[in-house]
Amino acid sequence: MASLIGSYSLFFSLGFSVLILFFSFKNLKNTINFDNKLLSLTFLQLLFIILSFFGLIIAFINSDFSNSTVFNHSHTTKPLFYKISGTWGNHEGSLLLWLLVLTLFIFLFLISSKKQPKKYRVLTLLFQQIIIIGFLIFLIQTSNPFAQIYPVPSEGLGLNPILQDPALAIHPPILYLGYVGSSIIFSSVLAASSTNYISKEWAKHIKQWILISWIFLTLGILLGSIWAYYELGWGGFWFWDPVENVSLMPWLALTTLFHCVLVLEKKLLLTSWVVILSIATFTLSMSGTFLVRSGILNSVHTFANDPERGLYILIFLFTLIFLSLFVFFFFHKTDGQNNTSFFWLSKETSILINNWFMMYFLAVVLIGTIYPIFLDVLTSQKISVGPPFYHKLIIPFLIPFLLAMAIGPKLNWIKSNLQNKSHLLLLFAISLILSFLIIRILEISFLVNTILFTSAFYLFFITLRDFFIKGFKNLAQNIAHFGFSLLILSILFNNFLSTEVITNLKVGETYKSDELTINFEKIEKIKKQNFEAIIGKFNVKSDNELVDILKPELRIYNQPNIVTSEADIKTNLLSDKFMTMNLVQNQEYFNIRYQIKPFMIWIWFSVIIISFGGLFSFFKKKI
Amino acid sequence: MYGRKVKLRFFFILLIFVTLSLTIFLILKSLEENVVFFQSPSEIKGLPELNKKKIRVGGMVKNKSISVQAEELNFIITDFKNEIIVTYSGVVPNLFAEGKGVVAEGYLKDKNFFLATKILAKHDENYMPPEVKAAIEGK
Repeated sequence: MASLIGSYSLFFSLGFSVLILFFSFKNLKNTINFDNKLLSLTFLQLLFIILSFFGLIIAFINSDFSNSTVFNHSHTTKPLFYKISGTWGNHEGSLLLWLLVLTLFIFLFLISSKKQPKKYRVLTLLFQQIIIIGFLIFLIQTSNPFAQIYPVPSEGLGLNPILQDPALAIHPPILYLGYVGSSIIFSSVLAASSTNYISKEWAKHIKQWILISWIFLTLGILLGSIWAYYELGWGGFWFWDPVENVSLMPWLALTTLFHCVLVLEKKLLLTSWVVILSIATFTLSMSGTFLVRSGILNSVHTFANDPERGLYILIFLFTLIFLSLFVFFFFHKTDGQNNTSFFWLSKETSILINNWFMMYFLAVVLIGTIYPIFLDVLTSQKISVGPPFYHKLIIPFLIPFLLAMAIGPKLNWIKSNLQNKSHLLLLFAISLILSFLIIRILEISFLVNTILFTSAFYLFFITLRDFFIKGFKNLAQNIAHFGFSLLILSILFNNFLSTEVITNLKVGETYKSDELTINFEKIEKIKKQNFEAIIGKFNVKSDNELVDILKPELRIYNQPNIVTSEADIKTNLLSDKFMTMNLVQNQEYFNIRYQIKPFMIWIWFSVIIISFGGLFSFFKKKI
Repeated sequence: MYGRKVKLRFFFILLIFVTLSLTIFLILKSLEENVVFFQSPSEIKGLPELNKKKIRVGGMVKNKSISVQAEELNFIITDFKNEIIVTYSGVVPNLFAEGKGVVAEGYLKDKNFFLATKILAKHDENYMPPEVKAAIEGK
């Protein structure tokens, strides 16, 4: 029943799309005012998508196995929470969620943009509807979440156990709000471009949408990263896996775009660049979806290998790129702008420098991600590009990037000078000495590390000083930049101070090294709702003093029959103690990994600070 | 003479051009050094000479080939035509098992011995990496 309602709702939504298109064109030609019928229609469309989405959730809750999506991804013994989150833990459901966000955002856009010109609003709606129609047809044609199976199976196939996790239950919706949020920026920029409305007012208004998208994207990436840290048991936070890169690329583009819009808002400069970046952000989000959904990239996100789906998204993607380029080249007018040139030492220059570095980082990540795919297609040679590639190309360029981040905000618009800026030098000297001492103590001997530490500390001190001196002025920017310096510092310390022990132990055995001993005391078995847990008990001692008792876990799920390992992590402000264990097949040995990861929590925490900066900026106007 | 503006623009374009070419050069150079190639046991047997670079070997874990000691783990990767002995000390992914697909990353000692530094985790029991499939089907 719920499936049936959900299924019909999709067709109704498609019907509303057609109506909206029709009335939009009529509204563009005839009247002066915005036709409120459009708003009602958009609301109704949203309502039907919500209905459809709830239809699917209810089908999941009731374990309605006549629905093939439910059959493929659910099981009666699964806890309720994961039945619900399983709704978007699969290809069809996640696309429905994508649609939900698309329609939700255009509705919010329409009700919050009443002061904007009519033509611009209608056109934004029109462009957004093109995207919505594309996805609706995609959903109904190739991946209908409400497809029926007959005869009705008595039991489902279950959800991949590593997805049965709280962080991963909310990771997709949050990430999607960021990904799909960029669709509004895309539609809006095309509309503004074709009505020649790219102005300071527009910048002010679109900035809010960029911020929403950016905050959610930041948090979405963070959640995915935290999940990978404790669930995959690799004990790191970023692996330069193609799937991670695919979410990092829109983030880089979006961050750059945000900084450019600031310039646009203040000085009406860089208009074409803003248009290009907006198009690029959405295109990267779409290609990300294409890459992970089509099965080209191998990961837990690859739900189904169906070439037809990949082909459809690819064609749709190219249509959108073609459309946007068409609008950009034929409608976007660059004449009539003021030709204010700016002095080399100014805020504009530092933002441009920031842009260049961001684009460079983006290029590195992009090439590292797609080069193996191209090589495979062209020469069928299989390669992979690992972390060393990214580290080598990105880390050295972080240094000038951090310095520009520290000094840039201190400069004035148009022209600046360096008088009364002696504290800049002083703080730099302090950072340099501090870094030098740290490098000495840690006994790392690389020149590049000293400079890297220095620039990170420099940004840290300068932003810290501004909290006290400037108070509420530029607070949002200051918070975000401060968070970034904290992130880099935490990553550096984490990287240099981490230690690990990997060994194979039988129950009762003890591992000994100079620093510590790990005693494998016992294992116990516990039966849970849909898995059986084997919990190990390990006593970690250092200098014969008991430091920690760690209890990593192995879970053997009933359906599908998969073993996952749950790391046991003891977190405090200074460091994480991390342990995973694994049973090697047909052997008495357990494979044990024990890691001490300093400042791990600060990495997560600083990303939250960064997004908090965005949040602050979002609400700043209203204070 | 050209005006100041023309000069400035020329300078700007030159700067963009120089940075772009430098970027592309850097990226390509780094790619060349850091790319990891994927090979099947049969391909390794056919190598004219041993490569010192890091590679990935993929195939199936041979039945009854896993043996564990305290500090290391040995097993055999096979593509049903040729096989290679792998020595590894490190974290073993959950789905590492006999008769299942595996990808090991590391260095060749000789054509029969592989020193792995990483074994890649796979997410799904029924899933076989496309590389492994290609290796077994002999491309």
